[in-house]
Amino acid sequence: MAEHRLTFPTTEEEIRKLRAGDLVTVDGHIIGIRDRSHIRIFDEGIEPPLDLVGAFLLHTAPNVRKRDDGGYDPLCIGTTTSARMVRFTEGLGRDYGVRAIAGKGGLPDEAIEPMREHGMVYFAIVGGAAALETTQIEEIEEVYWEELMPECLWKFRVKDFGPLWVGIDSHGNSMFHDVNEAANKRLEKILAGL
Amino acid sequence: MAVATDLQKVVEDAAAHLYVWALKDIPQDLRDALADAADTETSVPGQRVLQTILRNVQVAEEERNLVCQDTGIAVYYCRVGEHFPLHPARIYEALYNGTERATVEHPLRSNTVHTVTRENTGQNVGYRVPIVHWDFVAGWDGLDVKCVPKGSGSENMSFLKMCVPADGVAGIKRFVLDSIVGSGGKPCPPGIVGVGIGGSADYAMHLAKEAIARPVGTRNPDPEVAKLEEELFELLNETGIGPMGLGGDVTVLQCHIEHADTHMTLNPVAVNYQCWAARRASAHIAADGTVEMDREF
Repeated sequence: MAEHRLTFPTTEEEIRKLRAGDLVTVDGHIIGIRDRSHIRIFDEGIEPPLDLVGAFLLHTAPNVRKRDDGGYDPLCIGTTTSARMVRFTEGLGRDYGVRAIAGKGGLPDEAIEPMREHGMVYFAIVGGAAALETTQIEEIEEVYWEELMPECLWKFRVKDFGPLWVGIDSHGNSMFHDVNEAANKRLEKILAGL
Repeated sequence: MAVATDLQKVVEDAAAHLYVWALKDIPQDLRDALADAADTETSVPGQRVLQTILRNVQVAEEERNLVCQDTGIAVYYCRVGEHFPLHPARIYEALYNGTERATVEHPLRSNTVHTVTRENTGQNVGYRVPIVHWDFVAGWDGLDVKCVPKGSGSENMSFLKMCVPADGVAGIKRFVLDSIVGSGGKPCPPGIVGVGIGGSADYAMHLAKEAIARPVGTRNPDPEVAKLEEELFELLNETGIGPMGLGGDVTVLQCHIEHADTHMTLNPVAVNYQCWAARRASAHIAADGTVEMDREF
């Protein structure tokens, strides 16, 4: 298991260096995205209003306070369950050049092949650890599609964002696949003993 | 227009306080269970996940921030004494208004949407939200309110099976184990597995939800059910799913079971998961309007 520090947006070359199980800390810019914003892009066919090439997408809908100047202050920002949004993985890589998708709980096996083909990774974060995550967010720089509040597209500037595990790498490996396979084997034995 | 009485205002204030307090300050029994889990866990990612969770609880306290960003769907459990001088219709109004006020004043993220249009209804209240469960106590004049903001990551991992009597207790165990292994890392393990057995389909799920709202590690008073809790707790931690589904020894903090007698042809089993951030806060309100916080029930 290696440890890495990466700044986003990044390149395919950097992403290909990561292996499932590695630990990563991230700086730079990350984009908050969620169910409604995915649906708008892929099911309603509305182009996202920002460039996603090399991007790090975070599955989130934050608690924020709107300022008088129209901007937003972060109050509590955490991460939601990724599996609900797995069907958008291929489109994000192929059509928009996204390099990393981060969330909690893992992505099912159907994400493995698109990530291998398009040079993407899935980062697993500690779900629920939002108070800590909020301290790693320096600023909310932009908010797009405010009418979807809180499921807008959010541009955050982050520092020391993590810990993140490479849950799925761009070489066909998935920690979640391996853990589930082992758990199912154990389960078979447990059930046989009931 | 009805004018809120002083007592209604007291209940509203208590609800507003409980909702935010539950989100910020997790109970001591849960903190202890998480610390024990960190002591037990041997896998490298599992250990790091649990240390991050413990640090997060600390940061939430220092920064007076929410433990988790998911402010949940507000669920309240009320035990209303026969002689409590405020009608449940007004208690509901107070819980509704308290939830809304807390959401506006903090401010908290609003999660409540119309279930068909998916339009956000505004302030964590809406049609039949908050969700309130009622229990009535004869010969008493108090009110107990427990607030359980329930996050969606864990609530999405809810399962019901109408086992048949011939499936027996083994069928119950099998369904609980299958459900938790199938859930993997999605519900933010290690959490509390709530199981409801018996009653009817709807009541089994209600009982599973009651089970997750108990203090961590409390045992069902029925020795047969308590034994099943112990057995399932051990078996669930043999699955290896581990903290956040990254593999490890601690898959669940506890397994709690609530039960009801059932029809001779029924054997319902419901699973309701509660994430590691098992938020809950309680208040006791006396007939004279005195409020005592953190009175577990």
